[in-house]
Amino acid sequence: MPFARLYPQWVTFLLRVAGRDTCHRPERPRTHPVRQPGPGEPNRSPEDPGGRNDGGVDVTVDSSAVAPSAPGGVPTSGDEPQLVQLLTPEGERVEHPEYSIDLTPEELRGLYRDMVLTRRFDAEATSLQRQGELGLWASLLGQEAAQIGSGRALRNDDYVFPTYREHGVAWCRGVDPLNLLGMFRGVNHGGWDPNSNNFHLYTIVIGSQTLHATGYAMGVAKDGADSAVIAYFGDGASSQGDVAEAFTFSAVYNAPVVFFCQNNQWAISEPTEKQSRVPIYQRAAGFGFPGVRVDGNDVLAVLAVTRAALEHARSGNGPMLVEAFTYRMAPHTTSDDSTRYRADSELADWEKKDPIARLAAHLTRAGHADDDFFAAVEAESDQLAKRVREGVRQMPDPDTMAIFENVYADGHALVDEERAQFAEYLASFVEGH
Amino acid sequence: MAQMTIVKALNEALRDSMDSDPKVLVMGEDVGKLGGVFRVTDGLQKDFGEDRVIDTPLAESGIVGTAVGLALRGYRPVVEIQFDGFVFPAYDQIVTQLAKMHARSLGKVKLPVVVRIPFAGGIGAVEHHSESPEALFAHVAGLKCVSPSNPADAYWMLRQAIAGDDPVIFFEPKRRYWDKGEVHKDGVPQDLHRARVAREGTDLTLAAYGPMVKVCLEAAEAAAGEGRSLEVVDLRTLSPVDFDTLQKSVEKTRRLVVVHEAPVFLGTGAEIAARITERCFYHLEAPVLRVGGFHAPYPPSRLEEEYLPGLDRVLDSVDRALAF
Repeated sequence: MPFARLYPQWVTFLLRVAGRDTCHRPERPRTHPVRQPGPGEPNRSPEDPGGRNDGGVDVTVDSSAVAPSAPGGVPTSGDEPQLVQLLTPEGERVEHPEYSIDLTPEELRGLYRDMVLTRRFDAEATSLQRQGELGLWASLLGQEAAQIGSGRALRNDDYVFPTYREHGVAWCRGVDPLNLLGMFRGVNHGGWDPNSNNFHLYTIVIGSQTLHATGYAMGVAKDGADSAVIAYFGDGASSQGDVAEAFTFSAVYNAPVVFFCQNNQWAISEPTEKQSRVPIYQRAAGFGFPGVRVDGNDVLAVLAVTRAALEHARSGNGPMLVEAFTYRMAPHTTSDDSTRYRADSELADWEKKDPIARLAAHLTRAGHADDDFFAAVEAESDQLAKRVREGVRQMPDPDTMAIFENVYADGHALVDEERAQFAEYLASFVEGH
Repeated sequence: MAQMTIVKALNEALRDSMDSDPKVLVMGEDVGKLGGVFRVTDGLQKDFGEDRVIDTPLAESGIVGTAVGLALRGYRPVVEIQFDGFVFPAYDQIVTQLAKMHARSLGKVKLPVVVRIPFAGGIGAVEHHSESPEALFAHVAGLKCVSPSNPADAYWMLRQAIAGDDPVIFFEPKRRYWDKGEVHKDGVPQDLHRARVAREGTDLTLAAYGPMVKVCLEAAEAAAGEGRSLEVVDLRTLSPVDFDTLQKSVEKTRRLVVVHEAPVFLGTGAEIAARITERCFYHLEAPVLRVGGFHAPYPPSRLEEEYLPGLDRVLDSVDRALAF
């Protein structure tokens, strides 16, 4: 039996005599004196460091100040405001005193086509997730008008900072739908070149991109350009500190940025009432810039309001907040089960306000489109779906060593070292094992 | 060649960077008229205007988040966080956005943003003004972290950090701000991510960075009086760490003590101990020891002299390492 197990106390003793802590230490005065215990304080020793005592740090005295009075009553939010609307849910064209729009039949048909193709692509992506081709999909179903209306209001030189659900805006910017699927398939985290379409990468952390948009807009102003920047976010994000800070920064620097909030009523399972006691567009007033609420399922109103907001920004008037009042018809993502938190009746109500149906009704009623047109768009959407389906299935997995790529722009010794080690490790496997 | 303080060296680095590149911006709280609470940006707004030296709202996440946006627009923002303990509202933007956006874009966008943080203690300040959070940043891939210990490094390292295309967290040793030293502006600077042997020795290596380099040099001087020859390595860069220089030193001295103000547990010293043990296993005569802060909140300033690694605690660890 080992000595140490038979005579543990002797081992301890011998170690102490050998004295790693005490032996060979030269006698040396400390360069500053040890603080001596004050009156009433215990003498400390290594055996009794006295960590449970307050050690004299608690010098708080009782306050003689008068206690503050109890807070007053809670204000209640006002009546729900009127939405800016130019097309009723029934497809009837109406006028608004502040916002107007005059589109050619061709432009109207273009908006319809954009919305149908976006919806078809979105549905295909959901199917591809169900088939295991995508790990996740965040559907925009129901928000087509909010995204196409705002996306089509942009100029080429304007810049977009999206969340992860702006598939319709991406479409308007000319980002190929397949590029959006890379991150949902898990082959990259985005990867498209933001500068080729002035469409930034999808941002997953809620609200972060509103600050990037603000900074970018500050840069636009410094450059003396007349471009505008648009930051997308949701009702949930309106609670984020970054969004409040973006409002503050953009206001004090008069940055040319439009904050475009798609209030789709639900932040996963939490209704907008859990985010705000006032209508979201009213938040802008407290920061000193205008806010407006638009019918987010009315593509004409969204287009008109966003155009005006962008014009406001690029004319040197600073930021503006647009709240597009809409509804997320699908679950938050394919991983969500929205039946756990919202009623079917709510969906049914919003179904009646469908953005595509109302524009179709208007086109038909006004004689701007016939059955051939609708059939042609339908056929085109099937083609798009087919292309997306085939493209996703052919999307290759990235090379393993891509893990180490683009971590730094100028390189990094540790990344280089780990890359080399991992490559060596991989190469150490015999073929097929 | 000129004698100047670290504050002045940093100021000159900002000034020269702004002179040589119109895209360089300075932004932060009170950096304009006031010149920053430590006067690092003194006079810059007067000379470069409010458009390039930007007094920001008091919101750290907003400062870094808008700096990201400005970088995307082609600017090179140098942002000042007023004190170490105030960086945390910006931690999300730094970690989830600034650090990762280059990789997220597969290299298509670059984020040349420098975040300057006056860090560490020793100035008798109130809470949140004396902390050493460097390990929290060095742990994040995509960020580079450096800390100068003297005016020459302060000048050149800041210039190099600004000129580089990666985000750099720049830890300034605030209690050494007023230390003077030679700055050679016409010299050839050392590589930003190389350590420097600040004092040669044979018996043991002390590795430190920022404010602790001076303490280690004093310890080496004191030890020399006792017949011990200590080598001092100024690490300078914490991400990446220059392990090659450190390895060379430890292979010679066979003993290593890492010194920093940050808490020892999972601190920079822990990583250095692990890597040097792996690289120098057959050379080491003693385990790598660490001297640093405790696993406790930074204490009230009346206790900081005891909390911070000083000459005695460093020499105590030297004794322990040499006793193995």
